[in-house]
Amino acid sequence: MAETKPRITDIGPPDYRQFLPPVIEKNYGQWKYHEILEPGVMVHVAERGDKVYTVRVASPRLLSLDTIRFYADVADRYCGGHLRFTSRHNVEFMTTDADNVPEIRKEVEERGHLVGGIGNSITSMVHTQGWVHCHSAATDASGIVKAVMDDLAEHFTAMDLPAKCRIALACCLNMCGAVHCSDIAILGIHRKPPRIEHDKLDKICEIPLVSSSCPTAAIRPTTVNGTKSVDVIEEDCMFCANCFTVCPALPIADAEADGVSIWVGGKVSNARTQPRFSKLAIPYITNNPPRWPEVTSAVKNIVDVWRQDARKFERIGDWIERIGWPRFFKKTGIEFGKEHIDDYTHAGLSFQRTAQITHVDWD
Amino acid sequence: MPKEYKTPQLDELEKGPWPSFVKEIKLAAKNNEMANDVLGQLEQSYDERLGHWKHGGIVGVMGYGGGVIGRYSDLPDKYPAVSHFHTLRVNHPSGWFYTSDALRKVCDIWEKHGSGLTNMHGSTGDIVLLGTRTEKLEPVFQELAEAGFDLGGSGSDVRTPSCCVGKARCEWACYDTMKACYDITMRYQDELHRPAFPYKWKFKFAGCPNDCVASIARADCSLIGTWRDDLRIDQDEVAAYADGGLDIFNDVVLQCPAKCMRYDAEKKTLEVDNESCRRCMHCINVMPKALRPGTDTGAVFLLGSKAPILEGALLSSVMVPFVNLDDEEEFEDFCDLVDEMIDVWCEEGKARERVGEFIQRVGMGNFLEAIGLEPMPEMVAYPRDNPYIFYEMEEEEELEEA
Repeated sequence: MAETKPRITDIGPPDYRQFLPPVIEKNYGQWKYHEILEPGVMVHVAERGDKVYTVRVASPRLLSLDTIRFYADVADRYCGGHLRFTSRHNVEFMTTDADNVPEIRKEVEERGHLVGGIGNSITSMVHTQGWVHCHSAATDASGIVKAVMDDLAEHFTAMDLPAKCRIALACCLNMCGAVHCSDIAILGIHRKPPRIEHDKLDKICEIPLVSSSCPTAAIRPTTVNGTKSVDVIEEDCMFCANCFTVCPALPIADAEADGVSIWVGGKVSNARTQPRFSKLAIPYITNNPPRWPEVTSAVKNIVDVWRQDARKFERIGDWIERIGWPRFFKKTGIEFGKEHIDDYTHAGLSFQRTAQITHVDWD
Repeated sequence: MPKEYKTPQLDELEKGPWPSFVKEIKLAAKNNEMANDVLGQLEQSYDERLGHWKHGGIVGVMGYGGGVIGRYSDLPDKYPAVSHFHTLRVNHPSGWFYTSDALRKVCDIWEKHGSGLTNMHGSTGDIVLLGTRTEKLEPVFQELAEAGFDLGGSGSDVRTPSCCVGKARCEWACYDTMKACYDITMRYQDELHRPAFPYKWKFKFAGCPNDCVASIARADCSLIGTWRDDLRIDQDEVAAYADGGLDIFNDVVLQCPAKCMRYDAEKKTLEVDNESCRRCMHCINVMPKALRPGTDTGAVFLLGSKAPILEGALLSSVMVPFVNLDDEEEFEDFCDLVDEMIDVWCEEGKARERVGEFIQRVGMGNFLEAIGLEPMPEMVAYPRDNPYIFYEMEEEEELEEA
């Protein structure tokens, strides 16, 4: 009889303590201050004087095993076999020897991975799977990220901005990338109601669940040719795709109608101003692969206008708060329309309920 | 020999200074048919402007209900190697620290059993192993377990908790985020692997109000470091910043949202009205050598943030203004409170209703009553500005009678 190994379950993640570089283990909780030495490089100094240099490196997030092994080799050569990743998909190589910094930089740059993303710069974009792996995508993720960051790479490798700028992309409203509090958010959107596959809906979906999944109550049970199905009141559909999430027989993706929207001015940090949501800047740009030129130029335009107009420390949202939304639309040349005015729950809270106004010459 | 796909569209994304995901897929495709078929199918998506993945199915490993995202190509005849393309979420170590050996072990397992494509990391924090077949799930899972890794969350369960780098390499960490994250993850293993909630529940641990893990926007349960005592000031370093050319009055004092700082330009000293300080971090961010958080440190416990689906996006809001998570007893109390919240939400919440939406529906006052937490002014930006109060007269009358 073949020997069966006992099955291992519920062990949880590996204990992080086994992965800490010695200098970090030794100075855990004992760091005194840090300084940014050059774009993408910082030093942390401990109470007892120990130093650790960090080199932050851009990654495409979608990685082959070759590249992960390359990172492991770099870590072995310069960092005692340790490395970490950041919450925004960068890789960080940490070393106690300042002489290793240019060596690490050379190796990663030779492989085409930029060093930067610290301080007042644009760091890597948090993003979702898109057409690489997702069933509900209204656009690709990796492709737009690549094209946008190609355009903005100069702000990853330099600290030439008024403040930091966090850009993120989610390929549908489910927002696995939770982009709703980003300085600039790129959000994939559908613009046509779901198509109803009456022949299979009842077989693969629970009709009460489908009906109740609709936030505007636009989906109602019905019978089509003797088969139970649902009916969608198309004018009440706001294309959230929640029905598709609970029922595969309601596909909503459409090559002609799908595309992206652009949102601005959100943040999560509490520094100076409070965390806030991103607000709609551009309601729709068509999908134009492989490089989405209309999206990249729209993002670059917002970054450029902000960069030239903002005061020191002003995140995009802080800048807009100061100059007012009319001047934001005027300066960026972005058209303002009906879509910008909220009509969902508590919409009135976003109306301008004061006579304090900045007058803009629209001619 | 794997098929050779012409990919003129994707080839365009190999150009330019930013590291290219297409190069990564091509590297993987050299010796992996799945990665090669991903390339072919993705090129077709670029041609058609449509994704070609089917809605997931229920696949997983024995005894778990989460951790695997089922995925199938809707063009299996054309791209047979990705007819199954399931993803495993692998729970990352706190702070995303690794040794090269640990990473290589994961690589070796994935080389043997999967597409060779990964995300380091998914937006929630997991290592994402992109694409394998149903029959490979169990072997991957067990080999990962032997290497010390376990699966993360998916579906209506505790999702993989994550945290900032914290005390490992940041002087601003007001509590041990990496330990709290690890301890919570270990405590909720059952809830993480076996979905039994109305919907997902995320924990994120940020060491200071800069919130490097976007806890306030992305976690149902947000723990954001703060301190209660005075800001620590090194006046010699304040003078050094002034001598170095920093415009302390304009860049620090005038930027303070609480207007709680005064700068004496002659003496080059900084004075703080600590009672008014809001712990926003701006001054510390600008002068890290001169200013530091105090030493009576802990976290603000906020609850309820989420992305828009379904009733609109929410930010987390304050539940407990201060909790010292490094203190064992207080950590236990925190866990008990979380259990209480989860119980109430599991009992009363509707399917696919996040806890933030649940609170919107039942009312914060009622929620607080149900979990046994006293209302505090710190919980609101301002008190109610409408007169529609649900007075509970019966209770008052009962009280009067008693």
